[in-house]
Amino acid sequence: MTKTVVPLHQVTIRFAGDSGDGMQLTGDRFTMDTASLGNDISTLPNYPAEIRAPQGTLPGVSSFQLHFADHHIQTPGDAPDVLVAMNPAALKANIRDLPRGATIIVDRDEFSPRNLTKVGYESNPLEDGSLDSYKVHAVALTSITVAAVSELNLTRKDAERSKNMFALGLLTWMYHRDTKSTENFLAAKFAKKPDLLAANLIAFKSGWNYGEATEDFAVSYEIAPAKMPPGKYRNMSGNVAISYGLIAASSRSNLKLFLGSYPITPASDILHELSKHKKFGVITFQAEDEIAAVGSALGASYGGALGVTTTSGPGIALKAEMIGLAVMLELPLIIIDVQRGGPSTGLPTKTEQADLLQVMFGRNGESPAAVLAPSTASDCFDIAMEAVRIATTYRVPVFILSDGYIANGSEPWRIPEVADLPDLRVEFAKSQENFLPYERDAKTLARPWAIPGTKGMEHRIGGVEKADKTGAISYDPVNHDLMVRARAAKVAGIEIPDLEVDDPNNDAKVLLLGWGSTFGPISAAVEALRLNGEKIAQAHLRYINPFPKNLGQILSKYDRVIVPEMNLGQLAMLLRSEFLKDITGYNRVRGLPFSTVELIEAAMAVLHD
Amino acid sequence: MTDIALTKKNFTSDQEVKWCPGCGDYSILSTVQSFLPELGVPRENIVFISGIGCSSRFPYYLETFGIHSIHGRAPTLATGLAISRPDLSIFVITGDGDALSIGGNHLIHALRRNVNLKILLFNNRIYGLTKGQYSPTSEQGKITKSTPAGSLDTPFNPISLALGAEASFVARSIDSDRKHLTEILRAASLFNGSALIEIYQNCPIFNDDAYQILKDGETKNSAILQLVQGQPIKSQTHGVIYQEGSMKVVELESVSESELVIHNANNPDPSYAFALSRLSASVLDHVPIGIFRNVSRAEYAGQVNDQIAEAIAEQGPGDLESLLTGGDTWEVK
Ligand SMILES: Cc1ncc(C[n+]2csc(CCOP(=O)(O)OP(=O)(O)O)c2C)c(N)n1
Ligand code: SF4
Ligand SMILES: [Mg+2]
Repeated sequence: MTKTVVPLHQVTIRFAGDSGDGMQLTGDRFTMDTASLGNDISTLPNYPAEIRAPQGTLPGVSSFQLHFADHHIQTPGDAPDVLVAMNPAALKANIRDLPRGATIIVDRDEFSPRNLTKVGYESNPLEDGSLDSYKVHAVALTSITVAAVSELNLTRKDAERSKNMFALGLLTWMYHRDTKSTENFLAAKFAKKPDLLAANLIAFKSGWNYGEATEDFAVSYEIAPAKMPPGKYRNMSGNVAISYGLIAASSRSNLKLFLGSYPITPASDILHELSKHKKFGVITFQAEDEIAAVGSALGASYGGALGVTTTSGPGIALKAEMIGLAVMLELPLIIIDVQRGGPSTGLPTKTEQADLLQVMFGRNGESPAAVLAPSTASDCFDIAMEAVRIATTYRVPVFILSDGYIANGSEPWRIPEVADLPDLRVEFAKSQENFLPYERDAKTLARPWAIPGTKGMEHRIGGVEKADKTGAISYDPVNHDLMVRARAAKVAGIEIPDLEVDDPNNDAKVLLLGWGSTFGPISAAVEALRLNGEKIAQAHLRYINPFPKNLGQILSKYDRVIVPEMNLGQLAMLLRSEFLKDITGYNRVRGLPFSTVELIEAAMAVLHD
Repeated sequence: MTDIALTKKNFTSDQEVKWCPGCGDYSILSTVQSFLPELGVPRENIVFISGIGCSSRFPYYLETFGIHSIHGRAPTLATGLAISRPDLSIFVITGDGDALSIGGNHLIHALRRNVNLKILLFNNRIYGLTKGQYSPTSEQGKITKSTPAGSLDTPFNPISLALGAEASFVARSIDSDRKHLTEILRAASLFNGSALIEIYQNCPIFNDDAYQILKDGETKNSAILQLVQGQPIKSQTHGVIYQEGSMKVVELESVSESELVIHNANNPDPSYAFALSRLSASVLDHVPIGIFRNVSRAEYAGQVNDQIAEAIAEQGPGDLESLLTGGDTWEVK
């Protein structure tokens, strides 16, 4: 049988199943196989907060979406072209995101009356015509898998487990992906369990063969590699990129990396990642709580290490008082907030940008700290190094505001040359007579970093207000006013690059201004708007405190400024108060990244207002 | 080792000491300043980290490195510093409120980890700095500004608490007994791990004479049960015996010397030290003073750094380029 091969420019696939079905792994594998073929790629894992919600129910559905293309792409895709649904719950939970005409591949075996009632289907959607406007492939995924591995003497459960590899094999065939990398991966993963290795390999091959041999699948697709800047690439998620950025900063600064952390989704993976790299001298300390985590990081900084703490919004709330101490001690400290839906426990596995004002102002007193926000998963690497530069140069706490979307999402990352990374070496104070612990550097306003072990430099610091220069306790009103202003001036004076505006013909009247993880969807929307002949400018803030020096001037140049944020208008509030500029917010807090389409609509409403 | 022998004066900072007249903190400060030269550690390698409270002012008065941190959190800073700088000698200064109320969590975790910290808990059984509210060690029924009808909380016994938290060096001393406190500091400094020293400290302003029974000539001879390694546990009038599976304080006259419990702080069974700690409660009729437990076990920071050294020995030192270019990569031409 000859099969048609259709070339495509881009595809969005969503794998969905029960949280026990291994959809994240399946998605990860497909991503790796796709990235190595040179496509541009962007991913979005979406999983429930419960580790194992009741099987087959809507809350238990876990999914992984990936968008890949033969050109540069910015987002994991608004709507899937293909949905792989491992059970009725997965179909029901995802069908409303599918455009008519999309392809649906389901595991027919799971559509039993019992499973259907569990999620409220009154009739079987595979039979009642409700899916007529889609291309449906109802594959007996479970039974074929079980039959294929029957020779292995596995338990029924173990046999069924490998059905995700069947699905992966089928999709691998459909999109002409390479099979070797997954085969190697499985060999490594199940090196000690030959039976499971065999089962997974057989299932994977059966899936591939099913596509190749059955008439159900007549067409397969090819997506040519994307044109990307030359270099060596690897797939990178935000959490791993931050971890690598910190290790790189430690190496470039010659400072020992110390991470104090308390586990919390979606930040824990940074703790896990850094714990793997002991040979770099990295110390990871799982503290008893978030206060101890940041306290230990500050203690390590005091001793001359690179003190880092990682958490999410609830943890920031607990760390607030200690961060205030860091402001007073004027020591370097990196605080990474991988934001999730709030308030309180909120939506622990979903994304949001609602901690901005918390990190800006959530401490007692005038307590300034630097705030940076990476715009993409890859940018997390650069932002981590930049945070270290600022923290060690100015001796201030620096926040990094990542979020669940870029922390877990991934994209190709062009690996930098080590020699091109910034030089982050710092100098500790050297032994001297009449040492003044709070004498400021004229340029940076930083105080000396005088670490224990430096002879003759014994001195005491603390959270009580200190006298200018000497650092002795001081309750003097004039001195307090001076010190409050000095700490503020130090943060305000941090040197950062100007904001770049993308306004191709310099004739736009409307500016789309974002910060953090919204960069992808905003860029995609801008691209689409321009293709439609619209004039729109785009800028993206990676530095929020301080703001780039030219920001006020940029804002004043545009008639209208639209700020999309996954909160109720926090950056907009800062911009209005700082620059007296009216801002049009576009605000959604659904725990999901923006879709390109909604941003296009929001921009169109302003462009044609 | 320092080149010139240091003296107490070398450890005294130029800051004016600002406790109330008669405060027990003065004598503790003086004892510590006198003891530090004996440590044989250069001043720049000594760090005192405190929380908040009257007692937590302590680091300002010592010519060493020091941090006056925030309420209850000193062990967290000290732990981060100890792990990343195992070359330093680190002391934690804390009060009964600081250590046992707001900072209770950090204290128990520092103890169970056995981080190399010497923790000096100044127990005046009151909140001094905030002007006299009851503390977690105040006796039940204590009348204070916040408890005009008497406090209801059952107090903590800091020694029992520390033992329950797996502490391996636990001792108690008294502010006014310089000789005894010095001995305890000496023993603690030889211990590699978290040492908790409870120091009974008088607050003449808000809880005067809380420990008078242990200081008055008449009462102290019978009240203080000296814990001396290898010696029977006794005061001048009373002794400790085993009875029906537990320890009891009895009049010396009522038993023969051979029935008295011989003190062994190295007893690996923590229930021994725990039983000792239960001999005294809120009412201080009979109070064991000395080292309750002194049992060596692996120190935390050393183990953390051993794991790193092992990783380097096995895999070689980390190479940034191989890290960045590791994993599945592909080339775009
Ligand atoms: C977060 C916080 N809460 C409350 C206080 C107020 N406060 C300062 S010291 C203290 C209690 C001190 O008691 P203790 O630890 O026994 O020390 P002492 O003054 O008795 O030496 C309190 C409640 C504070 N400084 N910080
Ligand atoms: S209030 Fe009490 S503990 Fe505080 S300094 Fe005065 S006497 Fe000492
Ligand atoms: Mg007290």
